[in-house]
Amino acid sequence: MGFLDALLGRTKPVPPNLDALFALPSAAITLQAATDFTPTGTGSVCFRAAEGKAFSDIEKEVRELLNMGEDKTPVEVSADSYGFTWLVCHHSANDIEGLVTDLHAVNSSLENGGFGPQLLCTILGFRDEAGHPLGLVYLYKRGTFYPFAPQPGERRDNATELRIRGALGDDLKIEPDLGRWFPVWGAPGV
Amino acid sequence: MARTRYASDPGLIARMGATMFLIGLVFTGFFIALYFALFEYGKSKGGGAGDGLVVIVVLIGLVAAFISYYWSDKIALNTARARLVTPQQEPKLHGIIDRICALADMPKPRVAISPVSMPNAFATGRSSKVAVVCVTEGLLQRLDDKELEGVLAHEMSHVAHKDVAVMTIASFLGIIAALLVRFAFYSELFGGGRGRGGGRGGNNGNALPVILIVMVIGMVVYAISFLLIRLLSRYRELSADRSGALLTGQPSALASALVKVTGDIARIPTRDLRQAEPLNAFYFTPALSGQKGQTSLSNLFSTHPSLEKRLAQLDKISKQLGSSAGS
Repeated sequence: MGFLDALLGRTKPVPPNLDALFALPSAAITLQAATDFTPTGTGSVCFRAAEGKAFSDIEKEVRELLNMGEDKTPVEVSADSYGFTWLVCHHSANDIEGLVTDLHAVNSSLENGGFGPQLLCTILGFRDEAGHPLGLVYLYKRGTFYPFAPQPGERRDNATELRIRGALGDDLKIEPDLGRWFPVWGAPGV
Repeated sequence: MARTRYASDPGLIARMGATMFLIGLVFTGFFIALYFALFEYGKSKGGGAGDGLVVIVVLIGLVAAFISYYWSDKIALNTARARLVTPQQEPKLHGIIDRICALADMPKPRVAISPVSMPNAFATGRSSKVAVVCVTEGLLQRLDDKELEGVLAHEMSHVAHKDVAVMTIASFLGIIAALLVRFAFYSELFGGGRGRGGGRGGNNGNALPVILIVMVIGMVVYAISFLLIRLLSRYRELSADRSGALLTGQPSALASALVKVTGDIARIPTRDLRQAEPLNAFYFTPALSGQKGQTSLSNLFSTHPSLEKRLAQLDKISKQLGSSAGS
């Protein structure tokens, strides 16, 4: 935010950076090669619903759009306890590109409706052979990714997260500020 | 190119800009007037009674402003008897703030809770790196999650707008003018040639009007800057309401929080809240709010805009968000 904006109390909502999402399919391959984490085929988009009819119209549109494709399980919609909405898409585990395309469709619909700033994050789910969950979280406002490895009891497996950072450093723009690796407990799709 | 629904409010920005310009103008005029009173007028009369005084006053003012700027977070937290809380202690509160940070692309501030039963919240700290967002226990008890999020988004907007820095700089002028009046008054009472040595002895008659002029300038400047700073504070509150509501996309949640909080605060007797007064400029709603039917004169002196004005603005934002036309 510029000096003048701060001086005049004029924060503008931050527009999201959408295109970095398409780096995810190749990152998933790298991750499979370097670690034993494989994609689950589940991905989710999290956004803050705005009040009013305009937003609910767009939300309905997005759901219909994603449900239209053949041989897909329909998208699930869930609300979390923070008042954020999650759209969860399921694809087969080796169709990451299709999954990312779906997730991107959500983004562009919201952005075209003028609600881009409402986007919070996108998460792509992974599992290792022992069944430990891992989410690759994309922060729209930063245009960066970070790993999130939740453990039972709202704890994080920081060692795994740092290992993933090392493995993916060349493929994705990893969030450099560890203070912004916000936890997303109970996120659908992780 | 993506459309945006987030129209800025040029009227509010223009009024705020004009207020800041006026504060700057008064500041400049103040020093020019002082210069003429002390040096030109004093020289022609042969006495330099007040120049040392002004230097001392400006130095003290600078130190006071510096202290309130650098230790604003500690002073405010101590006054509110607040303690910092970790994500383990308050997962819900931290979770809400985490998400606001991710939405707004801001570094995360520290989080504190004040054991006060009056529902309120404030943000302080000179930069977003050392910022603290503090809520009272009363607020946590009375508001639901959506309303709490609205209040926190309002406070985070204060951090993003660097309101502590802006208000400290703006208040500097007022501090100087007030100090000058007080010092001039005391030096007039007790000064009488003491400490100025022989140089002043013969010119005692001339020093009196110079000091008087300085005192009058100080009083006028203090009165004007007081009104302007209060005006600026009210505009910045409206700005923070606006940014906070747009950030969460829920202006109505903030509006309902405002109604709850102001309603509750006005009902609670204010006598034991004297120590809350220095914090008022950064509170979500002022702790010492007046009676229900406030006159326009008391609005002129208050740090926060009236509830009606804040609700009207939030209504407008809600309509903008909901209009299917977009723009």
